[in-house]
Amino acid sequence: MFHIYCPHCCEYREEEEFHASGQAHIPRPLDPDACTDKEWGEFMYFRANPRGIHHELWVHGAGCRKYFNITRNTHTYEILEVYKVGEKPSIVANEAK
Amino acid sequence: MQHYSGFGLLKHSFSHHENWQRVWRNPTPKKKYDVIIVGGGGHGLATAYYLAKEFGVTNVAVIEKGFLGGGNTARNTTIVRSNYLWDEAAHLYEHSMKLWEGLSQDLNYNVMFSQRGCLNLGHTLQDMRDIERRVNANRLNGIDGEVLDAQQVKEIVPVLDCSDRARYPVMGASWQPRAGVARHDAVAWGFARGADTRGVDLIQQTEVEDLIIEDGTVVGVRTARYGEIRADRVGCVVAGNSSVLAKMGGFELPLESHPLQALVSEPIKPILDTVVMSNQVHGYASQSDKGDLVIGAGIDGYNGYGQRGSYSTIEHTIQAIVEMFPVFSRVRMNRQWGGIVDTCPDACPIISETPVKNLFFNCGWGTGGFKATPGSGHVFAASLAKGEMHPLAKPFSMFRFHNGALVDEHGAAGVAH
Amino acid sequence: MTQDLSKQSNRLQDGGRIDRSKPLTFTYNGKQYKGFEGDTLASALLANGIDIVGRSFKYSRPRGIVAAGAEEPNAIMQIGSTEATQIPNVRATQQSLYNGLVASTTNGWPNVDTDLMSWVGKIGGKMMPPGFYYKTFMYPKSMWETYESYIRKAAGLGRAPKENDPDIYDKMNQHCDVMIVGAGPAGLMAALTAARAGARVIIADEQNEFGGSLLSSTETLNGKPAAEWIAEVVEELSGFDDVLMLPNSQVNGYHDHNFLTIQQHCTDQFADRAPNGQIAQRLHRVRAKWVILATGAHERPLVYGNNDLPGCMVANAVSTYINRYGVAPGKDLVLMTSNDNAYRTALDWHDAGRNVVAIVDSRKNPQGTFVAAARERGISILVSSGVIEAHGSKRVTGVSIAPLNDAGDAIVGSVVKMMADTVATSGGWSPVIHLSCHTGARPVWNDDILGFTPGATVQKQLTAGAINGAFSTVQVLEEGLSAACDALAHLGLDKPDVALPEADVIEEGKAMALFHIPHTKPTSKAPKQFVDYQNDVTAAGIELACREGFESIEHVKRYTAMGFGTDQGKLGNINGMAIAAKMLKQTIPETGTTIFRPNYTPVTFGAIAGRDCGELFDPKRYTAMHAWHVERGAKFEDVGQWKRAWYYPQGNETMQDALNRECLATRESVGILDASTLGKIDIQGKDAREFLGRVYTNAWAKLAVGKCRYGLMCGEDGMVFDDGVTSCLAENHFLMTTTTGGAARVLSWLEIYHQTEWPEMEVYFTSVTDHWSTMTISGPNSRKLLEKITDFDVSKENFAYMDWKAMTVAGGIPARVFRISFTGELSFEINVQANYGLHVWKTLFEHGKEFNLTPYGTETMHILRAEKGFIIAGQDTDGSVHPFDLGMPWAVSMQKPFSFIGKRGMQREDCVRADRKQLVGLKTIDPNVVLPEGAQGVLDPKAPIPMPMVGHVTSSYWSANLKRSVAMGFVKGGLEKMGEKVFYPLADGRVIEAEICSPVFLDPKGERQNV
Repeated sequence: MFHIYCPHCCEYREEEEFHASGQAHIPRPLDPDACTDKEWGEFMYFRANPRGIHHELWVHGAGCRKYFNITRNTHTYEILEVYKVGEKPSIVANEAK
Repeated sequence: MQHYSGFGLLKHSFSHHENWQRVWRNPTPKKKYDVIIVGGGGHGLATAYYLAKEFGVTNVAVIEKGFLGGGNTARNTTIVRSNYLWDEAAHLYEHSMKLWEGLSQDLNYNVMFSQRGCLNLGHTLQDMRDIERRVNANRLNGIDGEVLDAQQVKEIVPVLDCSDRARYPVMGASWQPRAGVARHDAVAWGFARGADTRGVDLIQQTEVEDLIIEDGTVVGVRTARYGEIRADRVGCVVAGNSSVLAKMGGFELPLESHPLQALVSEPIKPILDTVVMSNQVHGYASQSDKGDLVIGAGIDGYNGYGQRGSYSTIEHTIQAIVEMFPVFSRVRMNRQWGGIVDTCPDACPIISETPVKNLFFNCGWGTGGFKATPGSGHVFAASLAKGEMHPLAKPFSMFRFHNGALVDEHGAAGVAH
Repeated sequence: MTQDLSKQSNRLQDGGRIDRSKPLTFTYNGKQYKGFEGDTLASALLANGIDIVGRSFKYSRPRGIVAAGAEEPNAIMQIGSTEATQIPNVRATQQSLYNGLVASTTNGWPNVDTDLMSWVGKIGGKMMPPGFYYKTFMYPKSMWETYESYIRKAAGLGRAPKENDPDIYDKMNQHCDVMIVGAGPAGLMAALTAARAGARVIIADEQNEFGGSLLSSTETLNGKPAAEWIAEVVEELSGFDDVLMLPNSQVNGYHDHNFLTIQQHCTDQFADRAPNGQIAQRLHRVRAKWVILATGAHERPLVYGNNDLPGCMVANAVSTYINRYGVAPGKDLVLMTSNDNAYRTALDWHDAGRNVVAIVDSRKNPQGTFVAAARERGISILVSSGVIEAHGSKRVTGVSIAPLNDAGDAIVGSVVKMMADTVATSGGWSPVIHLSCHTGARPVWNDDILGFTPGATVQKQLTAGAINGAFSTVQVLEEGLSAACDALAHLGLDKPDVALPEADVIEEGKAMALFHIPHTKPTSKAPKQFVDYQNDVTAAGIELACREGFESIEHVKRYTAMGFGTDQGKLGNINGMAIAAKMLKQTIPETGTTIFRPNYTPVTFGAIAGRDCGELFDPKRYTAMHAWHVERGAKFEDVGQWKRAWYYPQGNETMQDALNRECLATRESVGILDASTLGKIDIQGKDAREFLGRVYTNAWAKLAVGKCRYGLMCGEDGMVFDDGVTSCLAENHFLMTTTTGGAARVLSWLEIYHQTEWPEMEVYFTSVTDHWSTMTISGPNSRKLLEKITDFDVSKENFAYMDWKAMTVAGGIPARVFRISFTGELSFEINVQANYGLHVWKTLFEHGKEFNLTPYGTETMHILRAEKGFIIAGQDTDGSVHPFDLGMPWAVSMQKPFSFIGKRGMQREDCVRADRKQLVGLKTIDPNVVLPEGAQGVLDPKAPIPMPMVGHVTSSYWSANLKRSVAMGFVKGGLEKMGEKVFYPLADGRVIEAEICSPVFLDPKGERQNV
């Protein structure tokens, strides 16, 4: 059960107040009509889904109703940072491979 | 293969069971195979079994990073049913159901497949419309099913609260008599034993660290323990790690891996004879032969590879169970655990070719893979043997997420399994 | 007094923490017995000389009490004096004794002492090695269900009650600086330290009093009995406001981010039903900044032949029964040990005035404080020896002892027999690492202590005492102090002034790694040597599993069922691993560990559910007019969380009668619907209009103030998920309506796009669903009715179709009235602030008499809209259809400059197929037949199964207005198949034939609403 710091409320709150909304940083293509079916499908459905560092969008649904981002380890469930929409994560996965 | 029977047990009891053969070998892998299956869970082992038995491909290795059947095969709630809505899914799961019906005899291993029936409860008018729709589709697809009213449901499950006391009273249910449960571990072991006997090498405790890809074609796998192992075709059946393997292949999948939790009560005397599932109240239960109530619900909302989820999900599940079965309030929860389910946007699996030649994926079964074990293995084996997707697998290409030909089973898959 | 004692044949004259002045009466298997306050059910049973407390699951062997705590595998009882208060599977060692307690054993027929099934076990047992069921019951195939019904009957322990639980359970959310699990010496020392530093502390212990191991030992602290130190600490702790002490409270689960659950037994230690108004159990949900696990250790029994006979016990349990409960569970003791520590049991037994037949030590040259003490007392010590077998049928009567080699794995001399009625054994201690495993940490084998200790974790977790393998009281207290100091340092609190009490210094010799005592016969032929009592797992079974190729410890566990009982292998798992490791010629760590999962001990479902069942399972939402509907005899349907009036039967009307009446009245005069449940979202901001254009499929740029428009909302995939009418209230101000069930989802949808994709847009969304009551009056007389309650000019000229007007109604109440129609009739949707809803509703009825104003519910609403071919999102859509599939191209504007949500998706290859399922009207050939909703259509009803299906019926009703059935449904390529036939084969054998038609059955030109 996560204990999540809401960057808008500036407090730790219980996971039950929040909803996970999937992978963060997937911008809607600016010109959808120019996308091929493949590109559009990848925007809608295809995800990195990493085991390890994951940037994800959450919403404080039972609180301020604001969306924000979390960098979390999907294996240990540690929350490494929270940051607002539009901001960049400071912790990123090591892409050595 | 040593034949199993009651007579065999009697015979072996005279020698104090000292002479039973090994169920499978513990081989060192060869340098090259016709087919490598990555993942020694139920689906992977079934694939190997059918490859060897039905399609004559015996130069096969199953490479498993842990122990056989140790992933979701060991962690599910063992429900088997085939009452899916859309033709594509219904045909696939019914194909599996037919294999289940003779599986113990086919494997000479009692997988304890027990057709005690499955009720999918309806609590709203729309639930009942959906049930009618699904049962009618099932019937015309040759799948058994009936729509029951609340009174009929009560007769089948006397301990279910069908009164108006409930927040969402039971209005009726769909009933699939041929559905049921099976002994999950036995399924993996039975397939493993059958595959091993036919020459398949089962390589345990060996993690695949990379796929070897040359000119866009997969030619083998790299393992920490045995180095490179080559193969003409590679099939990945690694629920809970599909995206990780896909990344080795250089592509993404339309999957998210989520924790799915389940729990059992302490064993109690027989009280629940069938599988009861409710999407609206959000829980499902059956009783195992050992007497445990086997209970589950929905996935946790976040991505997770930790084989555990959040306690609030357990609380909601128990609330649903006590709401449906108030007499279980004093029964006690023994254990909870979690699996990692790869969920697909349309709640249907991916059995597919991939952007890499000769590399095939079987994944995305979400919360309901166990029931498909034999069918999935069979169609995947056929596809790997021929290098071309089996007709029942074709609708489940990963490329349906490009052209839009989804098979949306959310209604039928729901919370449940 | 003495009389009671004399009945309790094993009760000692003095000693123990029981209160001999408070005798209690309890019933066990129908007979009455006595015990004392302070007893557990187990200690009371032992005091009364009860040997057999259960029958084993597979072989029906008689079983006695083995342990004294949470690790007990055998004494699993059914508790409860009434049907409704039955509790299955209570561990007698954890149940406090109370007056009137009713307990019974869960297995055995006709009774637990004389169980006929044991003959089956004795004879058939040979045919029941692990996994036997996988090898048989397969032939003939048809017999499996019969076999299985017998297996099921034999399984299970206790039973669920047949009546509903009368008890109340609740929950508390707790926050603390330091959560201390376990109130033994380490936990108490840690709590005292943290409390003195001013930390917020919770300390919980599963036992009814704090003290842990000290409660059953004869040690001293600061030169006084340890109990006095406990009392001092407990008293000091209770003086702190910020210290919560929870006895009778098991910490059952340790979850991510330091979230722990505690099951507190509030009343079930003294009653099977909570006294009126009291809470039976409480689940504490704790969020701790730091956790200190001071959970102690469980002693391991040794594995030898017939080690399950009643009278075979874990050494420390014997000491506990003597020292804590004043019960010596036998007369003549043989103690077998591989370590010094267990000598205490022989000392305790001897000091209680009972006969120690011998100490059988597997080591060559034991020496240490306790060994010396045993020698001083003249107790016979057999070194380099082991008990290879216990003898007896329903209780131990003797043992066979054999000399062992140095490794302890072979017999090196002749076997001697000794008489004894009790065998206590100790193979060392297993740290209680369960909680530390719950969050995914893998335990680590420690060769020094011959046990697993907690592995590395990402939780803010500290450990102290025996869980780390620190077994001497001196060390345990030190660890408690230092763990607390570590936590305080992390918390930024200063270390307080605290001194360690002085504990007895005990010299202990080195323990020997011993798990499984060899027998003169090979394991497979020796008498059964049990590893897991509850699941009847034997050493031979584990060896067989390994021989058969089950080499991973998880395979061994699963094949033999080791550790799957309600005790979760607390006693047996390490022994089992050791036996498997030896068989596989590996070390224990190479063989692997098994991971413990929550719960540490079983938790009542009711406690986990708390109060969130029945009435509180899910909120019920009512409209402001709900009471009126109830009074009017409405039937309700659940839509989302709302209770909506479904229909209003009168007198003896059937549902269809009522619907016919409601439908006719509406189209002939005027009907009224409570539409308050429709989702309403207030949208403001200068970019509101642009935003609407992006989320709806049609154009919004030109919607003037005062106008309303219908819109479809799609996902990025182009599939419809909601619809509704949105009205322009002012230039930068709109009111959006959604479906009843879809309101929350739509609001989230708007928010996520605004906050993540288009944050630059100035737009604000507010849910106002509950702020407004909405009543729809519909029918030719609706305008006349509206005129009765407003002075506003609602004439056709002043108030056009798809307009809305602000006015006052029913005596000056401000209202927004929307002239929109879901029935095809002249309709007005009157919205007033919710508090006025009932008043306006009643006012309408006061004036509605002359028009036969008829309330109608959701079902009539469905019929009336179906006559007009209007869809209901969620009924006529299922997430797989786009607006063109619905035959609604008029609701899509492909020319909008911004590529609205859904536009790209609905143009994908599969979405533009000509043979997609499309929504059409369906006219049954026999007008009197109503197609069942959900019926599946086929073009050739004679086709063999599986039949190719073309689509299902989504909406279907009897139309009293049209005097025929009307239906809508999907048909592949249906929009191009007008006039063609579809067949619907039903479950009852009928095949209904229908013709594809326009879904608009009534007033296709829309004349009825344009009046």
